[in-house]
Amino acid sequence: MFLKKIAMAGVVSLLGSTAFAGGHGCAIDARVSIVGNEFPAIQTVGAGATECTGAEVSKNLTADHQKINLAGMQGNPAEYTSAIVANSSIVALMNDDVIRPLDDLVAKHGQDLKKNQLITINGKVMAVAFMANAQHLVYRADILEKAGVEAPKTYEDMLAAAEKIRSMGLMENPVGGAYKAGWNLAQEFNNMYLGHGGSFFEAGSATPSINNEQGVATLNMMKALSEYMNPDFLTHDSNATNAEYRAGNVALMNMWGSRAATLTDAEGVSQEVKDGMAIAGPMTVGGGDQAASTLWWDGWTVAKNVSDAEAEATFIAMTHAIRPAILEDGEVAKQAVWLIDGYSPTDAAVGVFAAAQMNTTPYPMLPYMGLMHTALGAELADFMQGKESAEQALADVEAAYTAAAKEKGFL
Amino acid sequence: MSTAVKDRKPLGLKIALWAFVSIWFVCAAFPFLWTLWGSFKVELDFFSIADWTNAIFGRNTADTYGRPFTGAGYDGAFVQEGFFGNAINTMIVCVCVVTISLTIGTLGGYALSRSGQGYVFWLLITALMFRALPQVALVSGYLPVFFDWNVWGYLPTAIIVLVAINQPFTLWMLHSFFESIPKDLDEAAKVDGCTQFQAFRHVIIPVMWPGVITTGLFSFLLAYNDFIVTSLILNEGNRTMVPQIAAFLGTTYTEGNVMFAVAAVVSATVPLFILVMFFQRQIVSGLTAGAVKG
Amino acid sequence: MKHRTFFWFFAPTAAAMLLFIAFPIVSVVLQSFFVPHEAVLIESENCGPFGCTQSTMVDQAATEALREEKPLGRFAGLSIYADRGHLAFAEVAEAWRTSESFGAFFKELGDLPFYRAMGFTLTYTFVCTPLLIMLGFAIAVAVNSLHRRLKGLMIFFSLLPMIVTPLIGSLILFWMIDSRGVLGQLIAYIADDPSLSLKASTPLMWVSLIVYGIWSSAPFAFVVFYAGLQTVPQDTLESAQIDGATRWQQIRYVVIPHLAPLVTFVALIQLMDNFRVLEPIIGFQAEAHAQSLSSFIISDLSGETQQLSSAATTSVLTIIGVAILLSPVLVRTWREFRGGAH
Repeated sequence: MFLKKIAMAGVVSLLGSTAFAGGHGCAIDARVSIVGNEFPAIQTVGAGATECTGAEVSKNLTADHQKINLAGMQGNPAEYTSAIVANSSIVALMNDDVIRPLDDLVAKHGQDLKKNQLITINGKVMAVAFMANAQHLVYRADILEKAGVEAPKTYEDMLAAAEKIRSMGLMENPVGGAYKAGWNLAQEFNNMYLGHGGSFFEAGSATPSINNEQGVATLNMMKALSEYMNPDFLTHDSNATNAEYRAGNVALMNMWGSRAATLTDAEGVSQEVKDGMAIAGPMTVGGGDQAASTLWWDGWTVAKNVSDAEAEATFIAMTHAIRPAILEDGEVAKQAVWLIDGYSPTDAAVGVFAAAQMNTTPYPMLPYMGLMHTALGAELADFMQGKESAEQALADVEAAYTAAAKEKGFL
Repeated sequence: MSTAVKDRKPLGLKIALWAFVSIWFVCAAFPFLWTLWGSFKVELDFFSIADWTNAIFGRNTADTYGRPFTGAGYDGAFVQEGFFGNAINTMIVCVCVVTISLTIGTLGGYALSRSGQGYVFWLLITALMFRALPQVALVSGYLPVFFDWNVWGYLPTAIIVLVAINQPFTLWMLHSFFESIPKDLDEAAKVDGCTQFQAFRHVIIPVMWPGVITTGLFSFLLAYNDFIVTSLILNEGNRTMVPQIAAFLGTTYTEGNVMFAVAAVVSATVPLFILVMFFQRQIVSGLTAGAVKG
Repeated sequence: MKHRTFFWFFAPTAAAMLLFIAFPIVSVVLQSFFVPHEAVLIESENCGPFGCTQSTMVDQAATEALREEKPLGRFAGLSIYADRGHLAFAEVAEAWRTSESFGAFFKELGDLPFYRAMGFTLTYTFVCTPLLIMLGFAIAVAVNSLHRRLKGLMIFFSLLPMIVTPLIGSLILFWMIDSRGVLGQLIAYIADDPSLSLKASTPLMWVSLIVYGIWSSAPFAFVVFYAGLQTVPQDTLESAQIDGATRWQQIRYVVIPHLAPLVTFVALIQLMDNFRVLEPIIGFQAEAHAQSLSSFIISDLSGETQQLSSAATTSVLTIIGVAILLSPVLVRTWREFRGGAH
């Protein structure tokens, strides 16, 4: 056993040296296979990994990644040696124990990584983050100026501004929001609920506790906002909301930072909308001092059920893909709020930076948060349509969550 | 219904008939023509979020390109995103699915129609139940196994799965079609000393084409249109057209390129148009010949 | 045909179905009886780009031991079937006790996700199927009476809604019925209500989905009936004419009886397809207003945390539902089969 370890260490250090011999290129000698979402920043990372030579690097970047990454990492050896995840989705991989601690690999190959890129869970590095994201205010400076209001700092200000814009006849439905039933609606609830200072679970347990004052206040605020939205708001995801903004129908919206840079780049957007676009940090709500938003990171993990050689090759390739030099390309620098060393924020990144400075809560990395998110997405639509009371809706969410959490063994 | 009756229709009935046919024509054809027209516009016009007449006159398109039509969607889908590759994958999948499922389906359907044993009924009923399953349920069962065997992501895997999912319907169609071919034909061949397979080959195969072509068309449609299986089983590099179109639409994080999707939708519908144009007679005659005896 | 010969003819197709349909069903059924082990939770400190937080995580070492012992998970029996996400026995009983009227009871029932999905699925199935059969029949009769040249053209266009990919077809219609789309504007104009939006109201969304269902499936009924019309015995028809039967009587007493077996066939296929309706709900983004059994399964599978047992249970319930739905047809087929065999 001991001999084997020594032999292994020898092989590994040999590998390490060959990797560095490649200079700024990237040499690997074992298979790398990546699964992840498909947005541009991740496409950049995926393309960066495939620059590595010496062994096959394959990638599968798809919107369905969450349906397949767990199944693809459970086999032995795993199909995927790396999954690109966010703080919401790493939990599913942690729960089923399919990703490995990276401490030894970080020590060996992670010189270029900043300390704050390392996601440590219970003292072990489990993922390496490369970009940050948050939802924040995007507004039309020209419309707000016409209405004579400042960019809102709180949701109450936002309602007042919306009322002003509507009553002056500037816009019919000035507020935009990704309120599509399901994941989006639940995420808006999360933002607002955290902004009200709520917590989703009883401390230290998986028992839900959202049917409270903060929960009701949250729903009432969401309902009030929806009065100023396009009546179809329950079918609007962030794509549809952005389309409304581009068409000049929306003046105020809470939107993902990752979407801000290219928001008005699409064809056919009028000059007025392009010039009027402005970004600010997330808003607070209900007199609270915590932003009604969540902070997100995207990062990569390494599979547990692969050989050490493959894990090392994966680590080298993925580290290569997020090396500081990729930011030299202006297009790449614009794609996201990178956490990589040497990133200087673009104009589009001010919202996310403001969110980080306001000590916004990160999206909770709890094993059972995903179930809560699903339950919220499924049960809140009735309230938003006025079919049931806030208390009833929250009770439904708790009941749906409890059933799911019992099934998954958390309760 | 046809010749003898036709000439003596009263005027009122004629008008009603024409009105009905025209309304149906508009219902069936208009969405396609509308999408075709819209595919040459920019997104803001296509969705006409500002004003619905923009979709017809293309005001934003004219602002951007100087004329109310643009091939930008097609350029993006085919040149930038390589939609041809997806089209070729779809071709491969469709051809293989149709060939394999007809080959094994005709053998099975023929056997069912000639057996006469009690278990035939139960086989047919089982097949029927299989057809009624929600495919979503099956696919989640495949994933762990396919990953374990290292066959996930490849075209042959998707082909075999689609063949299997398609078998129940193929069996039913061909079973009832073979029932309509007189049993005496192959019985006579067997009396002449043929084995069952020889009888099938020399007697049945020459007369089975109308039913087989119709069934094949339905298999083709299933393979061509499948979304659930292909989107969850195929790797990004091996995608067929339908999951690729879904990918163009974007996700929460990222801007989809909806006009790429619209152009791809139009392009994906063209082969179907051509197919129906060539085979509509066969569809009808195959169904007439007995494939739909129930 | 001898059993042996039958076996060899049938073996390839049986193998395909066994491997890719029967085995997955067995695994789905098994999965619906087992749930993951109880997670052993421990406190942990998580650090990242946004600082450190106290959190909870699954204790892998402890959970691993449980998994080793029983790889399938905990045996749950029928408890998943009975929980709130599915048949919800306790909640239904509670609603029954506390509701004062049937209306209130059904309202409570509609608040439970499974019954809500079931409600839409059944409504969709039983409204769409008869209507599309009638529409398909009407189109078939109308097209059949056209001039030969026109016939070909009309058959071509009539088949389009059926052949186009369901996801794409529903997307196209979804774009058109937007309150500012061409159909949405038209409907608002007809209803004389400029703010009318199909996507904002549950009943209107249901109507849209059902209209889409009829639009996309009527061509199937049409083409089957049209094929059937080609085989209507001409002599029966002529003798009916000689007896002075009106046009309607000819259809009622000659054509419809001739097509009756085809109606069964179409009804069978369409009941099955409509019962597992999925693509229109995704295409119309109608999750807020309508859930079907299939979309219910999808949402279990596509959450941040997959709920495999729950999805499996819904699948099994769907299969049982289909079996019940098809039982009248099956009984009939059985009778016919026995009649035909002798």
